[in-house]
Amino acid sequence: MRRIRAAAVGAVTLSLVLAAAACGGGSSGSEGSNEQPRTLTYWATNQGANLEVDKKVLQPELDKFEKETGIEVKLEVVPWGDLLNRILTATTSGQGPDVLNIGNTWSASLQSSGALLPWDAKNFEAIGGKDRFVDSALGSTGVQGQDPAAVPLYSMAYALYYNKKMFADAGIQKPPATWAEMAETGKKLSKNGTWGLGAEGSNLSNNIHQVFVLGKQHNADFFTPDGKADFTSDGAVAAVKQYVDLMAKDKIIAPGNAEYAQNQSLSDFAKDKTAMVLWQTASATFKAQGMSEDEWGVAPAPVQSGRPGPGAAANSMVAGINMAVFKNTKNIDGAKKFVKFMTSDEEQVILNKAYGSIPPVKTAQQDPAFNTPALAVLRETLATSAAALPQVPEESQFETVVGTAVKELFAEAAAGRPVTTESVRAKLEKAQQQMPKK
Amino acid sequence: MTLTAAPETGERTARKNSPGGARGPRRSGRLRRVGLPYLLLLPALILELLVHLVPMVIGIVVSFKELTQFYVRDWGTAPWAGFDNYSLAIDVNAPVGEALLRSFATTCLFTLSSVGLCWLLGTAAAIFMQETFRGRGLLRTVFLVPYALPVYAAVITWAFMFQRDNGLVNHVLHDQLGLTDTPPFWLIGENSFVTLLVVSVWKGWPFAFLIMMAGLQNIPREIYEAAALDGAGVWQQVRRITLPSLRPVNQVLVLVLFLWTFNDFNTPFVLFGKAAPEAADLISLHIYQSSFQTWNFGAGSAMSVLLLLFLLVVTGAYLLLTSRGRKATDA
Amino acid sequence: MPSHSRRPVRSPMAAPRSFLWSRRIFLTLLTGFVLLPVYVMVSSSLKPLQDVSGAFRWIPSGLTVRPYFDIWETVPLADYFMNSLIVAGSATVCSVTIAVFAAYAVSRYSFRGKRVFTVTVLSTQMFPGILFLLPLFLIYVNIGNATGIALFGSRGGLILTYLTFSLPFSIWMLIGYFDSVPRDLDEAAKVDGCGPLGALFRVVVPAAVPGIVAVAVYAFMTAWGEVLFASVMTNDTTRTLAVGLQGYSTQNDVYWNQVMAASLVVSLPVVAGFLLLQRYLVTGLTAGAVK
Repeated sequence: MRRIRAAAVGAVTLSLVLAAAACGGGSSGSEGSNEQPRTLTYWATNQGANLEVDKKVLQPELDKFEKETGIEVKLEVVPWGDLLNRILTATTSGQGPDVLNIGNTWSASLQSSGALLPWDAKNFEAIGGKDRFVDSALGSTGVQGQDPAAVPLYSMAYALYYNKKMFADAGIQKPPATWAEMAETGKKLSKNGTWGLGAEGSNLSNNIHQVFVLGKQHNADFFTPDGKADFTSDGAVAAVKQYVDLMAKDKIIAPGNAEYAQNQSLSDFAKDKTAMVLWQTASATFKAQGMSEDEWGVAPAPVQSGRPGPGAAANSMVAGINMAVFKNTKNIDGAKKFVKFMTSDEEQVILNKAYGSIPPVKTAQQDPAFNTPALAVLRETLATSAAALPQVPEESQFETVVGTAVKELFAEAAAGRPVTTESVRAKLEKAQQQMPKK
Repeated sequence: MTLTAAPETGERTARKNSPGGARGPRRSGRLRRVGLPYLLLLPALILELLVHLVPMVIGIVVSFKELTQFYVRDWGTAPWAGFDNYSLAIDVNAPVGEALLRSFATTCLFTLSSVGLCWLLGTAAAIFMQETFRGRGLLRTVFLVPYALPVYAAVITWAFMFQRDNGLVNHVLHDQLGLTDTPPFWLIGENSFVTLLVVSVWKGWPFAFLIMMAGLQNIPREIYEAAALDGAGVWQQVRRITLPSLRPVNQVLVLVLFLWTFNDFNTPFVLFGKAAPEAADLISLHIYQSSFQTWNFGAGSAMSVLLLLFLLVVTGAYLLLTSRGRKATDA
Repeated sequence: MPSHSRRPVRSPMAAPRSFLWSRRIFLTLLTGFVLLPVYVMVSSSLKPLQDVSGAFRWIPSGLTVRPYFDIWETVPLADYFMNSLIVAGSATVCSVTIAVFAAYAVSRYSFRGKRVFTVTVLSTQMFPGILFLLPLFLIYVNIGNATGIALFGSRGGLILTYLTFSLPFSIWMLIGYFDSVPRDLDEAAKVDGCGPLGALFRVVVPAAVPGIVAVAVYAFMTAWGEVLFASVMTNDTTRTLAVGLQGYSTQNDVYWNQVMAASLVVSLPVVAGFLLLQRYLVTGLTAGAVK
């Protein structure tokens, strides 16, 4: 028995030693170096119809970059489902890409981990200056008052897409501009198995985007100016309730949408089952679904009253993709060159055209390619009436807990249970308590 | 685990009676012989140490740290949190602890139901197929298909079938049989528990079937013949001979199924994605969400450690009880 | 499907009606339950996209083999397949080999710490994967930094991880199986001049083939289907099928017909192999697990 104990003690000691060795590691070389000036690793996000499409879009540009600079870029397109985990492992281990794309709403969260290169004046100078970028896009690059953690790459905005054929069949002349009109129009369209509006009730990020904008319209921000969670203000409750009521009270969203999380609402739209969707840059998707450009129209997303504008008249979040450099890259100069290349006017036009997004670079925006009716609406929205999601380190937790709350409320609405101000407030109260204590 | 509790075969008992093993009385190669078993065990030991034990120890260390997104970049700098992560996890009056407790209760209920149903189906099928009949071989092959299918392929198919608007399940229940007024949801809301259970049982029962079939082959035919001579019918034979003979097999089977089901991550993850509905929020997925979605690994580790403690206690108690129970019956 | 033989093999007495009827009903229902998803998988994989993204229909409106060609274009399925094959194959070979050695030691020798070893190894079976996912990844990274052996992100790391998943169960199974191989056999071999390892490979292993096959099948399936570790520990070039199949739900749509076709394609070799080996499986388990 004593020997067994001795063996056990030995095993535990050994483990502890190994554990200490393992814990001691982590990232080294915090400010980057130029040890490997000939290569770069680049993680791109999935912007096209599938991963292969992305590779086809990006690879020729990367070849161009190699020709210009002699730096070979190894591309990996990371699926959205894996991206956050991959960034996490890269952050913890210090073994990551040199350059990567991130969803712009993650900027502040990732900034707080300290893994990304801060874009101070000097770094911005290396890629042509901060004032090349549109202000709204810069508003989604990190906590205010700190150096941005990333540089805008693609911009997107929400708009109201409508199915022209279904509108014509129902005798509707123009898309709704306010929520009251939305309810009215939606009711006309919701009959005989077709529905007015589509939603992705189980998609947490999408839920957040929608209720955040509605929150703006109710003068609620979900975070106090000093960064504390504030989910239960009257405005926030009203915003969430208004969104869920589109299904619960107005009944213009099909109950089945409560379980949608994989863009089924867009597929319904393309199949003439749903007349409207609130979506960001959906044109490429519609095309992939076999819808031609003249079958759908696009209009600014609704507001409470009047016309879209700043503040309470906001009708979109600032959506988009940012580009970041890992702090401990072994090719810091090459990484900056690559960011400069990707944000150059020429590449911005090529890439944003391929993905149906808007360039966040002012001069590139002037290209006629972004002046189509569909893109003009998005550009206008971005310029005048889009608001950045809260730039706080707890943004990802916010998406998880509030997005889940909205998902659960949709589930209740879909099951025919009443959604009241009290039930909404209770859900949000619970969500707020799950946020980390500050 | 189950090794120590498995019934002693004649050989093992014989060996026990001659302590030190039956190796010859020669002493010359003693050192080599003493070293050999350790050498043989070394690869297994090193690997288990590397992949399971050391990481577990690190996990326990982390559970005492405040390891959030602010510190993941360099773990060493994360401040010690004492028992903060634990008190957060077990404070059932606060939402985090309450959610953990609910998830734990859901998992227990789910595990009990799933293991029970798997056992029932597996045992019944094995007993019904003990005798040969035409098509038995084919049927056995068919029954093993769910076990052979890769988890994600099977679960994705079920997710496809459980869609509310376009799925097979509602097509049958609502459109064809008219059992419900409105098509129910299966992937969100309360029904998701049933969904998870169905998929889990579908996937898990063939293992019970396989083990039970193997167990039945160990029952000597003479016992049945003797019973038949005594006038026992088929049902009586099942009750008096088959089921009691399967007891030691059951002990192993139930424990293995319990551990697999309790720790199952793949099924709910593929079925519901990263945020499972409350009714199907199994503990491993819950912990995954608490640590990976929000990058709070201190809290996540604390929850995992609590889970591990629970499993240790349950498994230990189970082994103690079942082996004592058997000793009593053996005596 | 189950037919009714009147000639029971083991029971000298004919089974009563009630037994036959309940058997027929039970087995028919069970067959339906088991085959339902298989039918859905096969039929959906042959449907055009409109069919699978619309209301369910038992009979496809038209049949197409397009999905079976498209699956290779949408995601690099062939690469994922190779990765899975290499990872699961190597993990299986290593796991079985290591388990054979360990089980032989436990079965044939009595030595100090035997109990500690078996209890420790077997108890790892109950560790929740979520607890050691991140620490394990850290260890791999540190080993990589210290020695230059790339474990993280490589197939090697995944092989190492997966083989330990199946190791405890494999060792335990094989101990049971080896115990059932009469010791006189290896003693005789030793008398004939074989060393302990000679006895293992010439006598014990050949006698334990069914058990070893059963263990190998289990190890292979464990590695083939794992999702959690694969999603964190693989990259573009080493991604396995379990993670790769998620590529069919894209930005635009879920290509359900392709998902089903791909699922079927990746399942077929495993299911076929499994079913071919099922005879061994039952005999292997009979001696190993349930004795």
